[in-house]
Amino acid sequence: MTRRLMEGSEAMAEAAVASGCRFFAGYPMTPFTELLEHLARRLPEVGGVCINAESELEAVGMAWGALATGARAATGSTGQGLSLMQESFSEITLAELPLVVFNMARGQSDYFQATRGGGHGDYRHIVLAPMDIAEAVELTQLAFHLADRWRNPVLVYGDYLLAHTAEAVDVSPMTFAPLPPKDWAVDGSLGGTSRSRTVSSLGVGKVNRPGGGIPAHFEAVVPKQAAITAEEVRVETGFLDDAQHVVVAFGTPAKFVRYVVGQLRAEGVHVGFVRPISLWPFPYEAVAAAAEGVRSVMVFEINGGQMVDDVRIGVQGKAPVVSIGGISTDGSGFGVGPLLDVEVIRGRVEAVVSGQEVPA
Amino acid sequence: MTAERSIVPTGSPPASAHRVAELTPDLLLTEEHQMCPGCGEPLALRVLLDTLSQLGVAQRTVAVMGIGCYTSFSGTMDLDLVQALHGRAPSVATGVKRMLPDRVVFTMQGDGDMVNEGLQEVVHTAARGESVTAVLLNNGVFGETGGHMTATSVIGQRTKNTLEGRDAEYHGHPIRIGDLLATLDGSAYVARGSVHNAGAVARTKRMVRRAFESQLRGEGFSFVEILTMCPTGWFVPTAEGPGYMDDTLGQVHTMGELKARPGGGPSDHASGALAPEARPGGGPSDHASGALAPEARPGGGPEGGVGR
Repeated sequence: MTRRLMEGSEAMAEAAVASGCRFFAGYPMTPFTELLEHLARRLPEVGGVCINAESELEAVGMAWGALATGARAATGSTGQGLSLMQESFSEITLAELPLVVFNMARGQSDYFQATRGGGHGDYRHIVLAPMDIAEAVELTQLAFHLADRWRNPVLVYGDYLLAHTAEAVDVSPMTFAPLPPKDWAVDGSLGGTSRSRTVSSLGVGKVNRPGGGIPAHFEAVVPKQAAITAEEVRVETGFLDDAQHVVVAFGTPAKFVRYVVGQLRAEGVHVGFVRPISLWPFPYEAVAAAAEGVRSVMVFEINGGQMVDDVRIGVQGKAPVVSIGGISTDGSGFGVGPLLDVEVIRGRVEAVVSGQEVPA
Repeated sequence: MTAERSIVPTGSPPASAHRVAELTPDLLLTEEHQMCPGCGEPLALRVLLDTLSQLGVAQRTVAVMGIGCYTSFSGTMDLDLVQALHGRAPSVATGVKRMLPDRVVFTMQGDGDMVNEGLQEVVHTAARGESVTAVLLNNGVFGETGGHMTATSVIGQRTKNTLEGRDAEYHGHPIRIGDLLATLDGSAYVARGSVHNAGAVARTKRMVRRAFESQLRGEGFSFVEILTMCPTGWFVPTAEGPGYMDDTLGQVHTMGELKARPGGGPSDHASGALAPEARPGGGPSDHASGALAPEARPGGGPEGGVGR
């Protein structure tokens, strides 16, 4: 174990390299840019390739091609850049390619984009939201493993704070369960053998081995979502046993919330927290359990109110759900605003606990 | 402007045309296809697959397909293949090639796919000098949707959304994509052929071969544009497809080699890109000895640009 002081962008790049990622393509955009810079430097050192693509459209296309050969490959941007990639995200999911996507987001307002997607059709991406750099190193490596395990894209939801702050972290390769061989990938060797392969989102094969066609293909791929939902929920909870109030938060703000809850607990306030680590699949059961018998379920997120929808689904009306987050950025619109502050968060939680803002 | 036409009467085709027409390339899994009568795309496919067989690279080739009528060829080509989105084949091919640099990688795209939806993709892939071969099947129309104007439709061409003919004032001008790509430093070989008669098929086959040979030499981006008949999308009788092509698309998207790097030497793009001596039948393009295969002179068709 060797720890080194790194900003989050570098740590995530190192984690990708440690995962065996050998292809990356992206287009600079704040606060994603440094991740691209680090991969542009690191991937050639390990025999990989990083391309500064002409746009996000081509970046995801290049990753698509690399993935089709069986390589571990990734792309990324901010939510704005990911908006451009949505058509490919949808089709890559239906082509069952193990894409890893980094969203170094400008805050948390890409929750809907990450968990619902902006593309067409029935697709879902596994979404992992680290709260700090050490966890980002783990979840980045997990992302590559889950993508291969499920042959489904995985999105790592980072942000400005994660990208631009530094921690001393260890980026040793993690060990995961063995994966099946990529017997679907193309390497060009099967031409003329009557066993040549097709990587396609359309479920079509060759005339001598036709696939099921589009409807059958979709019906075969989409149910995978249920299996992922059953097996890949990740959540951290704390202080829930005798909690009268619960705060739900994800990503870097969740670390602030966890600290505030710890402070209040030390002062005897009966408050607990739920931190979804996987945003999809969302930990509905953990939220439902936390909501049993409490006076309020608060949601702190740096956006206009997005995850609160999933919290309401989980709570199922058992308790009032109160949004205590909001839109908050710095003057550039890219960075951290005044809301991401322990005292501010504490004030909002205390207001709800004291009954000031709980709806009737 | 219009010179002698080189249409070979179908009633008495030369022997070499029979060899082309009746050939089933090794890499074609079935002779059946889903195209309309008179479509040029199946012939372009045969040219492509037969060339890959002759070059002996079938077992180290990856095809990347665009979206159009020709997409159905993905099921009949006995090649490892990746299906891309409409317009996105060049970026996908880039990812494939960068991970498998010793393989032959090519794209097959139509004019709607490449020149409309994905123009930026092919331009940047060429500019990067990506070592892939892009094959454009250019019929100047969105065939799959039923005959709509594309970026290569010529002035005056009637389509379903240019019913009175493409009007430059209203619809703008066609893009000569081959000429555009030839100006880029990263492109090593650029040619435009067609499949509207036997001579043109033979010349196009040489172009396809030279493009792949250029890729095998690692010279950079290679590009073959193949004009293909689409009588359905042009709203002309099937038998008139070749003549219509020659009179319309062929007059704007003129055939010939637009750029080549003789012998794999340094690029002569700056001077040679659009030079007339780079056309078949003259100058540097004859360098690739293997390209002048025995079947390459059917029926004594003109060696210069068809119809010029």
